[in-house]
Amino acid sequence: MKEYLLQLADNALILGHRLGEWCGHAPEMELDIALTNIALDLTGQARSLYQRVAELDGLGKTEDDYAYLRDAWEFRNTLLVEQPNGDFAHTIVRQFIFDSYHYYMCQALTQSKDEWLAGFAVKSLKEITYHLRFSSEWMMRLGDGTPISHEKTQAAIEDIWTFSGELTTLNEVEKVMASQGIGADLEKIKPAIAGKMAEVLAAANLTAPTGTWMQSGGKDGKHSEHLGFILAEMQFLQRAYPGQEW
Amino acid sequence: MNNLNFETIFQSKIDEETKIEPKDWMPEAYRKTLIRQISQHAHSEIVGMLPEGNWITRAPSLRRKLILLAKVQDEAGHGLYLYSAAETLGADRDDLVQQLLTGKAKYSSIFNYPTLNWADIGAIGWLVDGAAIMNQVMLTRTSYGPYARAMVRICKEESFHQRQGYEIMIAMAKGSPEQKAMAQDSLNRWWWPSLMMFGPNDSDSTHSDQALKWKIKRKSNDELRQQFVDVTVPQAEYLGLTVPDPDLRWNEERGHYDFGEINWDEFWSVVKGNGPCNRQRLQARVKAYEDGAWVRDAATAYAEKKEQRKLAPEATAKAA
Repeated sequence: MKEYLLQLADNALILGHRLGEWCGHAPEMELDIALTNIALDLTGQARSLYQRVAELDGLGKTEDDYAYLRDAWEFRNTLLVEQPNGDFAHTIVRQFIFDSYHYYMCQALTQSKDEWLAGFAVKSLKEITYHLRFSSEWMMRLGDGTPISHEKTQAAIEDIWTFSGELTTLNEVEKVMASQGIGADLEKIKPAIAGKMAEVLAAANLTAPTGTWMQSGGKDGKHSEHLGFILAEMQFLQRAYPGQEW
Repeated sequence: MNNLNFETIFQSKIDEETKIEPKDWMPEAYRKTLIRQISQHAHSEIVGMLPEGNWITRAPSLRRKLILLAKVQDEAGHGLYLYSAAETLGADRDDLVQQLLTGKAKYSSIFNYPTLNWADIGAIGWLVDGAAIMNQVMLTRTSYGPYARAMVRICKEESFHQRQGYEIMIAMAKGSPEQKAMAQDSLNRWWWPSLMMFGPNDSDSTHSDQALKWKIKRKSNDELRQQFVDVTVPQAEYLGLTVPDPDLRWNEERGHYDFGEINWDEFWSVVKGNGPCNRQRLQARVKAYEDGAWVRDAATAYAEKKEQRKLAPEATAKAA
């Protein structure tokens, strides 16, 4: 259970962190506000999940112990969310792929047999519904905007697609959780996720690559080289000055 | 009626505290002064996102990270309302942004100083937002209606910002010796630039007299600066930090703190572009603007296509 919650939490934390990097540098002020909103929602979700893990752990740990005092191999996020922001097209494609998964996954979790998790999912689903609408709309603006935006967005899809498969491929933890009716059964929701992505891509005049090799490993702690640098930055103060209140 | 009569009516409205609204007659100089001041304020909010944004990825706890993200987001929001307030005077947001990017328009010089340790995020909230609030509370009573109303909303958020900044300072000043050292280092670097935020001494301020008569400003630079020092020094004492001014002392007779002479050479030097980060701040804004051009173009092109499809759904269907 804890492993499962950490997967969910780490995805939210790391993607929220990446979006926070945009703050002050977005293509327009309205986008600064929107991207920060999503970062706030995701970081907030990560907090709730870490707090729950701490409760289940019963070791007197806090939310910050999980975010700031684990090393890369202990993180359980997917490879997708740790990918760099790149240009705005890369950020939107990454977000859209994640939101498509996140939305249907979270919708499934609202039916979880675990009462806490179901409640968390109901609350988060409202936020994620907005995220998916935002990223879908931007996929269409960029894909069906100008020839330049189309080209950049198609290129971003080619770069990022390889990380999309991991989201819907169950690892051992997810299999166990799904079999107990606690976790989302990704096999079941896979068609809905694929359907949503196909619908938006078609409306945006964009094409999903075929036959792409899907990278995986993040859910089991085997990450890309990027995560180490994210953590080096994020954990700097907690590591340099251990055990202090901030 | 000639201009003279208009001007008399205008001034009498101001004298009797009636707000000036966008469609009211106003002297060109009043309009220009307001556009300059409101857009400078908007630019300051937007450039001000950078020094704090510098610590978002390094915030030391999830709670602090959320608060900082929300704060920097508020600043983007303030920038937006202020540009809108300037637009009620006939200015255009894109033109105003161009003036910022080309270096023609100014923004608050305080944001040309770097954030070097985490306590700087506390000090910016406590001192910089604290100084801004002194000015902004006054501006909630400014004579131009849309500006005054924007300020009411902004002030509410700013006072939250100031509290969170002071809360960081408390945590640091009451924390480990290293944290206390960071807090002191940060006060040392931000104290004087914060006093400079109120602008030149009244005797040297070029815009002040007319602005007071028009009730754009309602207190002078020196009055606001004194008010800030009086409020802030006891807060520094509570933190157990030393204000870096050997001449600072309570003056029983005046009922105010006396404080040392501001280094006006530094002030003017930073205004002229020689602060530690002037170049980087502007470059960051220019880069965001230039890198974002294709995104804004895409959004415009898409909106136009959508509009056309709405107007001629059949033609689009045939073309497809």
